[in-house]
Amino acid sequence: MFAYKAIYVIVLREFTRFFRQRGRLVVTVARPLIWLGIVGAGFSGLVDTGGDESYLKFIMPGIIGMTILFSSVFSTISVVWDREFGFLREMLVAPVSRTTIVMGKLFAGSALSVFQGALLLLVAPVLGVELTVVKYLYMLLLMIMVSLSMTAMGLVIASILDSLEGFNVIMNFIVLPMFFLSGALYPVDSLPFPLDKVTYVNPLCYGVDSFKHILLGTKGTLVAELPLYLDIVVVSLFTAAMIVIAAISFSRK
Amino acid sequence: MSIIEVIDLKKSYDGKEAVRGVSFSVNEGETFGFLGPNGAGKTTTINILCTLLAPTSGRATVSGIDAMKDPHGVRTQIGLVFQEVTLDNELTAYENLKFHCYMYGMERRLTQERIAEMLAVVGLSDKASERVKSFSGGMKRRLEIARGLLHRPRVLFLDEPTLGLDPQTRSHVWDYISELKRTEGNTVFMTTHYMDEAEACDRIAIIDNGRIIALDTPEALKSSLRGDTIYLSTDDDRLAEREIRERFGLEVKNIEKKGLSFLVEGGESFIPELFSALTVGIKSVNLKRPSLDDVFLHLTGKQIRDEEVAPKRPGRPGNMNR
Repeated sequence: MFAYKAIYVIVLREFTRFFRQRGRLVVTVARPLIWLGIVGAGFSGLVDTGGDESYLKFIMPGIIGMTILFSSVFSTISVVWDREFGFLREMLVAPVSRTTIVMGKLFAGSALSVFQGALLLLVAPVLGVELTVVKYLYMLLLMIMVSLSMTAMGLVIASILDSLEGFNVIMNFIVLPMFFLSGALYPVDSLPFPLDKVTYVNPLCYGVDSFKHILLGTKGTLVAELPLYLDIVVVSLFTAAMIVIAAISFSRK
Repeated sequence: MSIIEVIDLKKSYDGKEAVRGVSFSVNEGETFGFLGPNGAGKTTTINILCTLLAPTSGRATVSGIDAMKDPHGVRTQIGLVFQEVTLDNELTAYENLKFHCYMYGMERRLTQERIAEMLAVVGLSDKASERVKSFSGGMKRRLEIARGLLHRPRVLFLDEPTLGLDPQTRSHVWDYISELKRTEGNTVFMTTHYMDEAEACDRIAIIDNGRIIALDTPEALKSSLRGDTIYLSTDDDRLAEREIRERFGLEVKNIEKKGLSFLVEGGESFIPELFSALTVGIKSVNLKRPSLDDVFLHLTGKQIRDEEVAPKRPGRPGNMNR
């Protein structure tokens, strides 16, 4: 059913493009550092961390979640972009199934996100997060999981959109709220009534929580709030659902 | 043997009929042209044949494979050059071609050989590692034509292959197409609204308003008009007009200040006759053989060139999710 060569070359193309577009590279490196440096440092004075725990350390898992969310959703812009500039047609007339094309885009977007997350994770020790090789490997697995879910969601969005303008709307009404209500910047428990419930509907919340399990542990105040197995189950189910929807909506074209 | 078979193909968008029952067949190895103004249904037909669009009704087969029942099978048989550029500007020429080869599941060794071969034919070997964004329109077109033939398709579809190119580049691109046709020997199906390009086809179907109104070789279509046009300018056009009408019984058009024109069979031998028959002094005489434009004019009452405006994209499958 899948043409592995086609999937490979679609992934290769996205990586080639990524490294050729200088602006994108700069944004990728700068965005999480800006959040950590400016927002993290600014908030750390306001948030009561209950003792000697560092706020900067606390937001590290959230910033990795943000990097993956932004990178994944943005990489799926390439679908809209390809449609706008005609390249999608070159893929659509090739003798491969639509699902193959969806898988190619999914792996491409996810791989780029994992790549960025893995780089950012190297900064963690600087912020006082204890990082061992084993933890790093666990994080890699979880990042792959979260990246697949966010990219699959991005593909669903991209399959619905038919213009680049629409992506701004998506950024403001889906991606930013998803980030703010993911437990990335403040513990979900500290949120007032409707917001905490909304947060638990957000799949990214479970992804970020799984990162907290590895990086922050479960003992203390600013730590993981949900069971790890629940995080994994929710994110996996969400990913599966999104992949199916994306595949269906692409094969209708 | 016919490699493309189309029977009573129809396609409507939101109740508007773009293709209204088209039937034709294309022989293997032939260059077949679809000639008509913008919006006539050319691109829609090509998109159905290339499995990018499903027809409302009718049947289309490419090399014996039904385009609706087995689109995948058809896609392995065809190469396609779209109206608009569909290259990745960020990639190099080589990378664009490599992408294509992998999408078509070609062997790695064959890939390199084939890319080198095709780049050489379109004269872009020395540009292989340059990014496409630095290419001119003509170079992009050549690269796309090379790309369309990489996987050795049995039919190459060219949708307005020279749209938006200047005349010199157009004839250049056209040279490459004929060269490729010679070396690759595949069937070419093309759409165009340029007369000179249609002339180069083995057979053409003239399409207007979603219907085929004529289908034959360019020669046969032109001779179907049965007559050459003679343009005449004299010292006294009115008198000359009356004399031609009375002497030869011909329908004469008199265009103010431009002179007379009329249609006559065997124009060359008619001119001496005309000279001896007229009593007025002749200033100039001009004979024009019928062109495809005249054929189109004759069949539809309008000129293709009148409609040659900015290219629009009817039924662009890029927006198929609407």
